[in-house]
Amino acid sequence: MEAIKRKDDTRLALMFIAPALVGFLIFMVWPTLRGIYLSFTKFNLLTPPEFNGLDNYVRMVQDPVFWNALKVTIYYVVINIVVQTVLALGIAVMMQRLTRRTWLRGIVLTPYLVSNVVAALIFLWILDYQLGIGNRVIELIGLDRVAFLADGAWVIPTVALINVWRHVGYTALLIFAGLQTIPETLYEAGRTDGASELTMFRRITLPLLRPILALVLIITVVGSFQVFDTVAVTTRGGPVDSSRVLQYYIYDMAFGRFQFGYASAMSVALLVVLIVITFLQYRLTRAEQSDLA
Amino acid sequence: MATTTTQPVAVPAVVVAEKPPKPGFNFGRALAWFFMILVILASIFPFYWMLRTALSSNNALYAGSDSLLPVDASWGGFERVFGLQTGQEAIDAGGAGQPINFWHYLANSVIVSTLVTAGQVFFSAMAAYAFARLQWRHREKVFAFFLAGLMIPAIFTLLPNFVLIKQLGLIDTLLGISLPTMLMTPFAVFFLRQFFLGISREVEEAALVEGASKVRVFFQLIMPMSAAPLATLGILTYITSWNDYFWPLMVSYTDRSRVLTVALGVFKSQTPQTGPDWSGLMAATLVAALPMLVLFLFFAKRIVNSIGFSGIK
Repeated sequence: MEAIKRKDDTRLALMFIAPALVGFLIFMVWPTLRGIYLSFTKFNLLTPPEFNGLDNYVRMVQDPVFWNALKVTIYYVVINIVVQTVLALGIAVMMQRLTRRTWLRGIVLTPYLVSNVVAALIFLWILDYQLGIGNRVIELIGLDRVAFLADGAWVIPTVALINVWRHVGYTALLIFAGLQTIPETLYEAGRTDGASELTMFRRITLPLLRPILALVLIITVVGSFQVFDTVAVTTRGGPVDSSRVLQYYIYDMAFGRFQFGYASAMSVALLVVLIVITFLQYRLTRAEQSDLA
Repeated sequence: MATTTTQPVAVPAVVVAEKPPKPGFNFGRALAWFFMILVILASIFPFYWMLRTALSSNNALYAGSDSLLPVDASWGGFERVFGLQTGQEAIDAGGAGQPINFWHYLANSVIVSTLVTAGQVFFSAMAAYAFARLQWRHREKVFAFFLAGLMIPAIFTLLPNFVLIKQLGLIDTLLGISLPTMLMTPFAVFFLRQFFLGISREVEEAALVEGASKVRVFFQLIMPMSAAPLATLGILTYITSWNDYFWPLMVSYTDRSRVLTVALGVFKSQTPQTGPDWSGLMAATLVAALPMLVLFLFFAKRIVNSIGFSGIK
């Protein structure tokens, strides 16, 4: 037995790991390094990249469209994450307290099964100014029609809510999984003491769920910053620049204007933002965990 | 003998008590159910509306915009989506009249998702086995390196990967779309390694003592024993790949490699002069969404239970 355990499997291991390692090096590590390198070059895809130092970054700092894109993206993330997390928490707690049957979780998860493109198109239709059922209902209750995806003030909240529709069930199930780790006896004790559902939510659920909520937030915030599909399908960044989120601006710069160097520099900026956010949230998670331990 | 001691291993899933706490009727509970019913309606209604519109004829939608049933029911939307109407017929029915054939895109999506899923699950399983069970130098360091990959947002590698795929001459090919995720994702390796670590060593060692090679142990013991998590990972990978839009949008330029998500975007942008072909567009959307909804119908329990913290670290 010991002999088998101790045996060195290096050659076999290399064979087993080779395809994944090749994939990892070629399609993850190398592109990451190359993306950083390209951000210091002028590159139009047709001629080889020319090193141009910090030019792209200088341009970025002075580019009002970039700053606007960053602002629009953050605005989107805030609406998307706040609404989604509150709703998901509500749904998860209801599922926990009312019924834990699989069919209910299945229904809530259904929107997650379709692509962002499908979700975007369905809501493009539902919210259509002329014929959309959404605007018909708004009219029936006596309000004015809203050009949800064509009005600069409405477009980002609308896009954010479309993506809430698609992702809220998934987020709710993540939180629901977290809720299962809270011992039922705590609730029983609470009930014996005559605590209301609301008190138990505040005193038991929320504090014990906090580390898991923080983890869910890291995952969803990082995902939310990468918003692209919905904007690309519905508004293409418009009207004017009011829905030009960072990732769409990067795409447009690379594939619309063939400025791959500048597009790469903005990608690096987005990467840095994401790393900082992940790091901060991770610190918070750790702090919470040590509090509860 | 050894086999009797092993428990069937399942994905570390959420343990769900079927019986909820059951107090009598109260106002709070009624309110909670009301909220849940709203959530259910909000989840389902958009799908119904897609179906209802897809089965309406486009020209009638203007008059019957608030009818809850299909208006002037017809298959016209689907006929346009599958290229069964002639250009003039399509234009008369409110379509764009450009030839479009979703069968082709459907086939492309199936090929890409199948390539990605089969490759990613298989190669990740091999790597995960090497990380979980084989003894070799620097194993933990290499694994930590892989894990660091989880930190890189996929979106950052897209531009440089596009440049790479272009240099490889794979632009506008299905292989070019599949390749970057066909060999591994750090998540898949991590997910399967966690599972392999949980498999009892006894069975494996019994087989080794009887003279089986580690390669055979992997293929004939580990893989069959891990059918459940492999299937779960496979289904999730298939769905992710099917729904991907950004990467295929970069790589595919023509019909040759166009997948459904990208085709939907193109279909949407071909708006006719008279106004959008909503019934055609919803029919196309339905065609793109239906395969995943059917898959969900069959594997709902598995998919629902796979969502938890087992896989996320």
